[in-house]
Amino acid sequence: MSYYFTILSPTDVPLFNIAFGTSKSGGDGIARFRFPDTAQYMNQFIIHSSLDMVEEAQWMNGNMYLKHIDTYPPASAYISAFLTPSGARFLLLHQPPQLPSTAASASGTSGSILGGSFSASALGGGSSRASASSVAANPTSPQTEEAVRQFMGEVYENYVKTVMSPFYRQGMEIRSSVFRSRVTAAGRKWL
Amino acid sequence: MAQPPRHAAMLSLSNSNSNSNSNSNSNLSTASDSRQPAHLATASHSSTGLRVPSNRKTIYDRHLNRSRNAELSRASFAFLFAEMVTYAQRRVTGIQDLERRLNEQGYPLGLRLLDLLFYRTISGSTSSALSSSSSTSASPPNRPLRILPLLHLIHGPLWRLLFNRPADALEHSVSPDTPNEYMITDNDPLVNTYISVPKEMSMLNCAAFVAGIIEGVCDGCGFEAKVTAHNQPTEMWPGRTIFLLRFGESVMEREKVLERAGVK
Repeated sequence: MSYYFTILSPTDVPLFNIAFGTSKSGGDGIARFRFPDTAQYMNQFIIHSSLDMVEEAQWMNGNMYLKHIDTYPPASAYISAFLTPSGARFLLLHQPPQLPSTAASASGTSGSILGGSFSASALGGGSSRASASSVAANPTSPQTEEAVRQFMGEVYENYVKTVMSPFYRQGMEIRSSVFRSRVTAAGRKWL
Repeated sequence: MAQPPRHAAMLSLSNSNSNSNSNSNSNLSTASDSRQPAHLATASHSSTGLRVPSNRKTIYDRHLNRSRNAELSRASFAFLFAEMVTYAQRRVTGIQDLERRLNEQGYPLGLRLLDLLFYRTISGSTSSALSSSSSTSASPPNRPLRILPLLHLIHGPLWRLLFNRPADALEHSVSPDTPNEYMITDNDPLVNTYISVPKEMSMLNCAAFVAGIIEGVCDGCGFEAKVTAHNQPTEMWPGRTIFLLRFGESVMEREKVLERAGVK
C-alpha cells in the first residue's frame, strides 16, 4: 500500500504533502506507486480532482472525518478526506499494491528467467494472504477507515499546534521538519 | 563534514536501520517522499540552522490541553490590550478605521481558536466544552453547517473559552428586511473593563477586537460574515455591547438549500 497525503488550505493552496508506504505487515515505509517515477504528478492530479467531491460532501455531513469519498479506478486510487473546522482539507490517497496476477504477468514479460515469474507470483500471493486482514488489503474495509481516522486525528493534533504558532498565518506552507517527522511517525503507527 | 555522505548512504540502505531511534534523522530520510527533498529534515537540523530550545522541546512536544484550565492575569491582559488599542490608533483617520484595525487584529485569533476548540473537545475527556451545541462529549463534535449551530458555538463554547462564561443573549433580527442579521449580547465585555473612551469618541467600542474574533470563527467555518460591535448601554449595564453579525448572500442562499435538504 502506498500513500500520498496532502493538506490544502480553504482556498485550495497546497500547504503540505508527503508520500509514504505502509509499515504494516512487513512494509518498509517506502511509497511504490503504480505510476512510473516520471509520472508522480498523477497522484496530485487524482487527489486534487477529488476536491469537488469534498466540497459536495462537506455541507451534507458535519463530521470532521468524511471517510472514503472518492475512487479513481484506473489507478485503483482511493481517497479519504478529513476537514478541519477552519476549512483546511486533509486528503489521503491510498493505493493498494498491484494484484498478484498483474505483478506476475509484468515480471513474466520482463524477466528472462522462467523461475522469475513463478517466484514473483508466489511472492505476490503470499503477501496478499498475509495482509488479508491488515489495512493494506482492502481500502474500503472498516479497519482501514478506522486506521485512516486515527491517522487523521493525529495529524490534526499536530496541525493545530502549527496553527497555534503566532508566526503562522492561515494559508502558509507548512515547512517544519518536525511536523513532517510527526506525520511520518503517524503514518508508520497507523497505516 | 561527514554529514552528507552519511546521509546519502542512509537513503540507499533504505530501512535497514530504521529501528535505531537514536538518530531521528535516519528515520526521517528513509520514510519521506523520494521526490521531496528528503534531506530537508537533515539539512535544516544541521546546516540551515533550525534552532530548537535548549530543552529540545518544540511546539509539537507541548500538549495543547496543558493550558486548558489556566487563566491569564487580568491585569496583564488589560495592559496588553491597552497597548494594542494604542498601536491601532496610530495614523488612523477615524473611529471606523480604528475599529477596522482592531477587527483585523482579532480575525486571525478566531481562525485559531476554532481549531483549538474542536481539538480540545475531541481530546478532552472530562469537560464537555461543546455540550451546548447538542453534541455529547463522547462523540466528536460536528462542524456547524447551518447558521444556528454556528451561533450556539460562538455564544456558548467560544465565549466560555475566552471569558469563562457564556454570552448573555443571542437574538435574530426582527426586521423582515434583514433576515441575515443576528445579535450576540455581552452585558459587560471583559475587553472594555479598563478602557475609558473619551467623550468625543463615544461611538468607539474596543470590543471590535472581539467582533474580529467572531468574524474569524464565522469565516473559518465557511460562513462569510461582517461583524461589528455596538454600544447599547442600559441602566444596569452601562457597558453592554451588541455584536451584530451580518451574513453574506452566499450564506443565506446555502442556508435555504440546506434547509430544503433537511440538513441540521
